[in-house]
Amino acid sequence: MTCKELQSKLEPYVDDELSAGELTEFDAHLRECVGCATEALGRLQMKRMTRAAAVERYSPTQEFRLQMEQTIRGKRRAAWSTVWIPKLALAAVLAVLLVASVMVWVDRRERARAFAELTDMHVATLASANPVDVVSTDRHTVKPWFAGKIPFTFNLPELQNSQFTLDGGRVAYFQHSPGAELLFNIRKHRLSVFIFQEQRGEMPFPTGTSTSTKLAFHMESWSEGGLRYVIVSDAPAADVHALSELMRSVAGS
Amino acid sequence: MDSGSFEELAMPLFGRMYNFAHWLTQDAGEAEDLVQETCMKALKGFASFRQGTNFRAWMYKILRNTFLTSRTGLRAATVSLDSDEDGIDEPVASDTPESILLASADRESIQRALERQSVQFREVILLCDVEEMGYQEIAETLGIPIGTVMSRLSRARKAMRHSLGDAHVRGASR
Repeated sequence: MTCKELQSKLEPYVDDELSAGELTEFDAHLRECVGCATEALGRLQMKRMTRAAAVERYSPTQEFRLQMEQTIRGKRRAAWSTVWIPKLALAAVLAVLLVASVMVWVDRRERARAFAELTDMHVATLASANPVDVVSTDRHTVKPWFAGKIPFTFNLPELQNSQFTLDGGRVAYFQHSPGAELLFNIRKHRLSVFIFQEQRGEMPFPTGTSTSTKLAFHMESWSEGGLRYVIVSDAPAADVHALSELMRSVAGS
Repeated sequence: MDSGSFEELAMPLFGRMYNFAHWLTQDAGEAEDLVQETCMKALKGFASFRQGTNFRAWMYKILRNTFLTSRTGLRAATVSLDSDEDGIDEPVASDTPESILLASADRESIQRALERQSVQFREVILLCDVEEMGYQEIAETLGIPIGTVMSRLSRARKAMRHSLGDAHVRGASR
């Protein structure tokens, strides 16, 4: 390596950027050339002095350092809260909505199935040659007939001042539980009044009163005194409601 | 990747970044603003930082780019248009031997010489001599090829020697 070649590599030498081969050649030249060795030493010293003069020339104040630490931590919390909390909240809301939707859907499906089943029972009763097991227009005959056949009792309204007549009754089963099916008549329309013992969470009906119309059948359902009442008929909705009012008037008495 | 790991990576560099920022801006208030803006930008863009790559170079690059777009940085850039990219050396007025320069140079004279350098020379000397970055890391930080790093560094050091030589001559003539 000549002095000129060495001069061109002085900077990489002081910056430790020479390859192993270059360094070997460089060192070999320095051992033989006092001028280049002095030059190289001077550059190394210059670099060291520059570093010593500049490395901690300026220091941030403690206040600024603390302020920056707090800012970065604050941003982290803000980033967490602005990014994750809304996402988690959205996920939670969606999860609640999903569960609620599924519950509503299941509830509606169960309710529709229950009404369909009761409608089928009503139609089957009408189609039967013997629609009722106790044939009587007298409520004092029909009510006692159910004693011992179903696990509850109920009251029947006085019908003398109404357009409704009682045709009789029979034991009906809904969801594996025995109940009463009472058959009423108004202007040749038949109305079935189903009465079942309401067990918490098992009856697929709304808690309060509800009405429904499907396939030209009107239904009205309500709960009172631990019993679930459901009226099903092809009679006008007003008649169904009138009968429900009559039933309600004596239900709690 | 969260800002928790950002804090762990960035805070150890804090003092050095402030020192670098102060050397660039030559003003304590501007240095604080520059470091703060750099940290905020870096934190915001931390998701784009590729783990396993050089975090220090990434941070210094943000700091330097932020400085160059600041008022002080723009002013400095206009007065020190770079002409070293072709690697042509400018003659050094004073060719005082290193040993004589060093014998007369003290910490303050080196600091003054560094302050007198253009931003481009000052930053490359700071990155190499003070931050002890390798050529590759400097190239990443400044966004220039390694060859340009070498030529700019050579010219910057020569300019430093020039400044120290002038100071030595002025001192000797008194």
